[in-house]
Amino acid sequence: MTMPRAEQFAFISRVLHWTMAVMVLAMLFIGIAMVASLADYRWLVSIHKPLGILILILVTIRLINRWLINPPPPFPAGMASWDRFAANASILTLYILMFALPLVGWAMLSAAGYPIVLYGPLSLPPIAPQSPMLYAVLRTTHTVLAFMLFATFIGHFSGAMMHALIFRDGVFESMASWKSRSRA
Amino acid sequence: MSSTRPTTALKLVPPWRDDLDPPVDHGSPSLTIINFVVRMGVIGGLILCIVGSFSYAAGWLSPGLLTQTKIVNGLEQVNGVQPGFRRNHAKGLCITGYFDSNGNGVPWTKAELFKPGRVPVIGRFSIPGGNPYMADGPAVARGIGLAFRPIGGEEWRMAMLNLPVFVVNSAQGFYDQVLAMKPDPATGKPDPGNVKAFFAAHPESARAVTIIKSQPFSSGFDNSTFNSLDAFWFMNAVGTSTPVRWSMVPVDEYQPENPAESATPDKNYLFDDFITRIQSGPVQWRMILTVGQPGDPTDDATIPWPDNRQHIDAGMLTIDRVESEGPGTCRDINFDPLVLPFGITPSDDPLLSARSAVYSQSFRRREGEKKSPSAVRVPDARDGG
Repeated sequence: MTMPRAEQFAFISRVLHWTMAVMVLAMLFIGIAMVASLADYRWLVSIHKPLGILILILVTIRLINRWLINPPPPFPAGMASWDRFAANASILTLYILMFALPLVGWAMLSAAGYPIVLYGPLSLPPIAPQSPMLYAVLRTTHTVLAFMLFATFIGHFSGAMMHALIFRDGVFESMASWKSRSRA
Repeated sequence: MSSTRPTTALKLVPPWRDDLDPPVDHGSPSLTIINFVVRMGVIGGLILCIVGSFSYAAGWLSPGLLTQTKIVNGLEQVNGVQPGFRRNHAKGLCITGYFDSNGNGVPWTKAELFKPGRVPVIGRFSIPGGNPYMADGPAVARGIGLAFRPIGGEEWRMAMLNLPVFVVNSAQGFYDQVLAMKPDPATGKPDPGNVKAFFAAHPESARAVTIIKSQPFSSGFDNSTFNSLDAFWFMNAVGTSTPVRWSMVPVDEYQPENPAESATPDKNYLFDDFITRIQSGPVQWRMILTVGQPGDPTDDATIPWPDNRQHIDAGMLTIDRVESEGPGTCRDINFDPLVLPFGITPSDDPLLSARSAVYSQSFRRREGEKKSPSAVRVPDARDGG
């Protein structure tokens, strides 16, 4: 008897996933370190801004890839319904936050009246009117969303580890394995 | 059957369970209790590692660490929380005008605003301290924040003081100074013991104060020389970088402070004098770039550069209008010294990163707070106040 196992994600989907995983995790650490730091503030900010925009670009590409080019493989037949719900909810939340955080950050700098310099002479235009109160609201929102992203990441990571080490149903390998697996 | 079961490197199949049917739910062989507990432990450990390093990065595990929050809390502790106001340099007056560049800065930096032409400027005069109602006085330093805003070009912000050197050379020094200078409620003056201890711990500050005291303040904002204090790198079109400090040198003649004037009951006499002065015409400063030589300290704002360094007159700053702080004025600008145009980059001075961090923390706190009018009022100004 052959047990149902998850199919693999497309190669490009896996590349996008792992590239963004590293970037988003780095971004969360840079963000939280930045707001406490003094000596390192300058270089952390100088990475935070362009990296945020890069994530915004990549998540757009990734969503197009997911919707139009390489839809994700179905969950294995044996996967519990609560587990499917948790996986879908965490993935949806991650996508929403990966869009929302850079956009809120960009709008927040716009409302504060800062020039939004990415690198050297490369700047972005403002996307929100200059307003102290709007800045204050967006600034708080940025922090709240960042903590939500970190919490969701922990949930997503825990789920992945459960599939890798406890359920061992191929869900983890569908994203993590670099070998193209023969589908039994 | 077991031979047809797909396996991966991560999947450990206990040989003694190999003949068992897999559980219906997930298609994997059952784990022994011990194996299950160990694996759950591994997962828990990994999560703990991630959350732990996140907490470390946030500074939550290092209560002794000097952070931007701690510095701004220190300012609030000394001055009280003054909602809507800057946590330092709380008292101020908005100014506007323009900078006429003469092109002399071009060989040193490719920043567009140094090409010949006029750049609109918005700025703010201030005095140090987190109390927006504190009285002006003869011993009080003066600050100017400036934002050069070339139309369609890159903005340059700066915050300068009328001091030849800065009093501290590190964030820790600044924090220690803020706490040491906290006025004793009984005398209204800092505790002499704290002041003595501060200078003993920071000899660089004691040396800086000696230099500062050797250059007495002028009578007002209009005839004060303002200095960048920190050094920056200017990069020109062919990629040559030069350390530069700069000054705004007044066209108005130096006049020593008049003791009679500082004895006036007007708590805002410095600001009010400027408001009166500008009614008789624009006030101007020459922007003088000081070109550093190899070996000149770029990382220590308490040390002056030798007098014989090359000085470049890069243009004229003209201030032709004053305005009380209010919505849409200089009030809502963070004069962050790291808002720089392409062609100017920060030096290794640790104060620059720390100032940028602390200013942003102050900005973040005050922008969400209810605003109160400034103590400095411009009469008949159409600023809605």
